[in-house]
Amino acid sequence: MSCWETIADYSLRSQGIGERLLPRSDFTLCQQFTLIGSGMIWNIYFGVVALFGGFFLATLVALGKAARSPWLRKPSEWFIFIFRGSPLFIQFFFAYFLFLSLKGALPIFAPFTAAWLGALVVLFLNTAAYSGEIFYGALQSIPKGDVEAADAYGISGVSRFRRIVWPTMLRLAWPAYTNEAIFLFHATTLVFFSGFPASRQMGDALYYASYFADKTFNPFIPYPILAGYFILLTLVVIGLFGAINKRLNRHLPQKQRRKIRLRPNLIR
Amino acid sequence: MGLYWSVLTVLALLAITAPAAILFGFGGATAARSRFAPLRWVGKGYISIVRGVPDIAFFLFFVIALDQLFEWARHSVFCPDWDQPIRQGNDFVVCAAAKLPLSSSPQWVHETYGFFLAILTFALVFGAFTANVLFGAMRAVPRAQIETAEAYGMSERQAFWRIMVPQMWVYALPGLSNLWMVLIKATPLLFLLGVEDIVYWARELGGTKTPQFTDYPHGDWRMWYFFALLVFYLLFTKFSEVVLDRVMKSLTKGQATTGGEAQRKAPA
Repeated sequence: MSCWETIADYSLRSQGIGERLLPRSDFTLCQQFTLIGSGMIWNIYFGVVALFGGFFLATLVALGKAARSPWLRKPSEWFIFIFRGSPLFIQFFFAYFLFLSLKGALPIFAPFTAAWLGALVVLFLNTAAYSGEIFYGALQSIPKGDVEAADAYGISGVSRFRRIVWPTMLRLAWPAYTNEAIFLFHATTLVFFSGFPASRQMGDALYYASYFADKTFNPFIPYPILAGYFILLTLVVIGLFGAINKRLNRHLPQKQRRKIRLRPNLIR
Repeated sequence: MGLYWSVLTVLALLAITAPAAILFGFGGATAARSRFAPLRWVGKGYISIVRGVPDIAFFLFFVIALDQLFEWARHSVFCPDWDQPIRQGNDFVVCAAAKLPLSSSPQWVHETYGFFLAILTFALVFGAFTANVLFGAMRAVPRAQIETAEAYGMSERQAFWRIMVPQMWVYALPGLSNLWMVLIKATPLLFLLGVEDIVYWARELGGTKTPQFTDYPHGDWRMWYFFALLVFYLLFTKFSEVVLDRVMKSLTKGQATTGGEAQRKAPA
């Protein structure tokens, strides 16, 4: 079987399209590249959707934490503490079984026990908490002069937030937020290793990589392939976020622009 | 009984891994600072490779890789006259005397060996992160301190051990405490490595799907077991935060940092 046929058969395998059976013996490099790459679709899906949704919730949570009223502040603080203080792995497990027992009571929750929605909810809340903390830190370090200048111009309330505070917050938070994004993509590999089952062997990149490692007893091929894919993904994320960073900082003199320093981190 | 053991397993893992990771980190950081170029490359390579690749892929990879490395090393020592290749297609074959642990050894040896591999993996991965933190901390020690040491006629080694090492901990502690939090949150990954830790037991105990006991008096309790785990980790995190805060306070005493200055001026 040529490599093109393999790609045709397996490149969408993680979505259930193409050949039904996974290769069982005589694994070729091409098969490993194709299947692991096909699993990356899930990683990208989880990462992009959770990151996009989490961004808005994170802004709200950061504002809540910075609020003066304890009715807003306390829930935000607890939300951040709970999601940052416990392992994501346990959160996945807990959420899975929570949804499982909710499903018994209310059939509406049936889709939540599947990875595409259930795990997404967990990742969304998790990244909202982590980015919320980053945004909160940025809110605290907005230069006093900026806000005073806004007041002097008579800009206040929502328009002050939208035109002065929020852009500055993003600008300050962006390098840390880039790391959070990279980190989140790495965290998506946990999904199918926690409670969420991979139905009909439609799993993510790590799922297939460990499938190959199990079958061949040779971790030296699938895991480096996985690592290669992730490094590529990380480079893309850095490129995109770097472009946004440039735009956010475009009004600053060349020297003051803050470069994004890549600091990948592990397990959350 | 197994449940209580598993809690101890997790605590033991933390207790052993933390110092081991600091040792690895210290080694890595000093190697990265070395004036001897190959040693420096080894140190820098170790730090950047381990930090650059997604987390659990490393955990899955290292356990098999280390196991095979040990077996291969023993294989080449014990059975020099073995003429077949080690990799036969999809199998990894070593002679019986090189098997780790020996197939004749009792069950507890197998379990301890698994645990040992897990610790080594954790220490390797976290060692790289610690190395990075310590590397930064060593650079953060004010240059004047080293110059003073030189002025007093200390050799380079003396200046390193007597001036740099005692002082770097203040600069390293924020990073190290961060790592400690991450390490706590990484412990559920033990489950992936095949050690019977608390995640394993939470799945086992709460589950009702054991065929012999279909008539459980209660429904699916796994949700509650995972909830308990969640709370356990949250409490552990909170506790560590408080302790590390204290340590930071006592470490800053008498240091040439703003924190130390603030402490010095406070009583006056």
